[in-house]
Amino acid sequence: MMAEAGLAALWFAAALAALQLVVAALGLRRRPVPDGADDTRVDIRGAVRPVAIVQGLMVLVAMAMLIGVFLGSDMSVRVVIENSHSAKPWIYKFAGAWGNHEGSMLLWVTILGLAGGAVAIFERRLDQRTLIATLGAQAGIALGFYAFLLFSSNPFDRVSPAPRDGLGLNPLLQDPGLAFHPPTLYIGYVGISVAFSFAVGALITRDVGPAFARAMRPWVLGAWIFLTLGITAGSYWAYYELGWGGWWFWDPVENASLMPWLAATALLHSVTVLATRDGLRAWTVMLAVVAFSMSMIGTFLVRSGILTSVHAFAVDPKRGAFILVLLALYIGGALALFAARVGTVRAGNVFDFVSREGALVANNLLLSVILGVVLIGTLYPIGAGAFGVQLSIGAPFFDKTVGPIALILVAIMAAGPLIRWRRDKADAIVARMTWPIAATFFTGAGLFVFTDTGVLPFLGLSLATGLAVASVAPLWGRNWRRTPMVTYGMVIAHLGIAVSLAGMASDSAFTRETLVAARVGQPVNAGPYVVRLDGITPVVGENWSALEAHLSATRGVHTVTLAPQARYFANPVTATNESAILTTWDGQLYTVLGQPDTDGRWQLRLWWKPFVTLIWFGGALIALGGALSLVGRWRRERRVAARQEGAWA
Amino acid sequence: MKAKHQRLTLALLALGAVVAAGLLAMSALKDQAAFFYSPSDALRDGPAPGKAVRLGGMVAANSVTRAADGVTVRFSVTDGKATTPVTFAGIVPDLFREKSGVVAEGHFNADHSFTATNLLAKHDEKYMPPEVAGAMHETKTLDP
Repeated sequence: MMAEAGLAALWFAAALAALQLVVAALGLRRRPVPDGADDTRVDIRGAVRPVAIVQGLMVLVAMAMLIGVFLGSDMSVRVVIENSHSAKPWIYKFAGAWGNHEGSMLLWVTILGLAGGAVAIFERRLDQRTLIATLGAQAGIALGFYAFLLFSSNPFDRVSPAPRDGLGLNPLLQDPGLAFHPPTLYIGYVGISVAFSFAVGALITRDVGPAFARAMRPWVLGAWIFLTLGITAGSYWAYYELGWGGWWFWDPVENASLMPWLAATALLHSVTVLATRDGLRAWTVMLAVVAFSMSMIGTFLVRSGILTSVHAFAVDPKRGAFILVLLALYIGGALALFAARVGTVRAGNVFDFVSREGALVANNLLLSVILGVVLIGTLYPIGAGAFGVQLSIGAPFFDKTVGPIALILVAIMAAGPLIRWRRDKADAIVARMTWPIAATFFTGAGLFVFTDTGVLPFLGLSLATGLAVASVAPLWGRNWRRTPMVTYGMVIAHLGIAVSLAGMASDSAFTRETLVAARVGQPVNAGPYVVRLDGITPVVGENWSALEAHLSATRGVHTVTLAPQARYFANPVTATNESAILTTWDGQLYTVLGQPDTDGRWQLRLWWKPFVTLIWFGGALIALGGALSLVGRWRRERRVAARQEGAWA
Repeated sequence: MKAKHQRLTLALLALGAVVAAGLLAMSALKDQAAFFYSPSDALRDGPAPGKAVRLGGMVAANSVTRAADGVTVRFSVTDGKATTPVTFAGIVPDLFREKSGVVAEGHFNADHSFTATNLLAKHDEKYMPPEVAGAMHETKTLDP
């Protein structure tokens, strides 16, 4: 019953999306009545908002039904059979609803529908015609992806006769991370569709200007916060689950989430120029189109079956072709609209190149270059594969290209907030940058004398210190209680980049790896720790069994025990390594248990990773900065609105 | 500067950035892309020693030996026509078996042996790197 209800809700949502698109299109064609005449026509434009809200609710119902089917282990539904098992813990039944191709696409359109509904409920500042066009565009995107679900990836497909039990969920996904990472990432990844629809809407009604930018900014910021959190969470999950001691693998799937983030970060900064200084009009619209295009390209890469990854699930070429058509339609359509209308977008205000605007242009250009390089590095192996050349592009390529550009970007980022809007003097900027520059050289000198690191980590750590000092510089000499929350948001987000960069550089410069075959009782050195294997015992979990190593890690007088496991899952038959990680203030001790050999020794892989946790702590700070900025702007606007009401009263 | 001129300058800068990204990526691709070799490819036209590449094929029967240190594994990768000896120090993937597909990431040495830094093996029925799938498919006929 539940599956049928879900399917019905999905069809209903699709029909509402079609209605929303038609009503919006008709509403936009409506001509104004001549002056003095009474408008006696039926006004259907008011229907767009409610339809968008109900559409969001309907697709939410469909998602809830799919979760219900998984929780109830209904083994007559195909996706449940293929991806679930009745003996699985309930949290993985719940989160397992999106741990498969169909379910994750349903989550994708659910977020799309909810984002449209949220715009319909909360957006009050945008010009009415532009809002209708925006909701029409959002419905247009949704319609294509509803069609994709209903015609090629139906999550509610039934199988008869029903088997006795399912095949189970990939054990790598059986982790609390599955409940958090995909929804968070998707809210950002798909939420950025709102920026795309705003851009399309504003191009249709020729309404690109500061008011449009101020209306769009919170939506971009909201999506960006979740995207940042989702990427950070995904990185930490991969770090502890895969047992390779790495936190970013330049895997195409990771790049698929990084590319929208880069575009959204650029957009976030250019939309500020448009809102504050009425500059970069066409560029901001272009970035909004590019940001969601990156999300759709990512969806194509991950969901088409072109890539093989833990994210990619089952492979079916028909689906890839379907998404590719949608991709061409939406990106091509938006770019064509942009080309047709860019002439009507008036050039914005002029600014000096040595100014805050100039720095933000540099930020945008460098982010775009990074985006371009990542895009080429991600697509090239696929293109080459189509010509029968097998190659892979990994960390060496990205380190060499993205690394240096990112460091230049960091240097500009340090200076940016200390530069005045409109016009500034170069020597005055250098004077304001004295302390950050001093901090950079001081750290660099210290590293040069006391350590032996590679070039990139050396520059990374030095610049991270400078950036950290420069980030908090806007607070110097100010009354901290009167400083607007938006400024705190920027300071904390930039500080987060510095913290994260320091973590990355420290991890790559100072990590110590030990690989040994250890006997029981044998001590092994790992960084500041001495690790001893005390024994191996079998343990049994809810749907797995494991061999668990008992390690005691001693540093000075303190001893801590760690228990990494080698797990065996029966449904499906898989073995995984569960790392055990000890977190201290100055880093992490990361331990993995390997295989035994014939002499009764056990392979142990141990890493001491100084300050590695800063990477994800920095990510959380970046998101927190975004949240403060969002709340700050909201409060400021409420205050302004209250003041205006007071003035009129 | 007039608004129109500034707009043109910005457009040119953006174009320049795109071109710069393309050039940078292409130049890095030349020496950083890890190409995929089978043992017979490597014998015929092998990459320069030390260059990061991938080697794919089947783990030859009775070739896996463990060194005395307990962490170094030696084995041969074969595609039926040629065989490459491989050394790997680390924890091998759970489904690394003899007569089963494997892709080794690493580099060739001057003596045509291969030093692997990472091994990719078939993970389970559903999740298999495409190169492993390809390597397994091509060498299927080897199995008696």
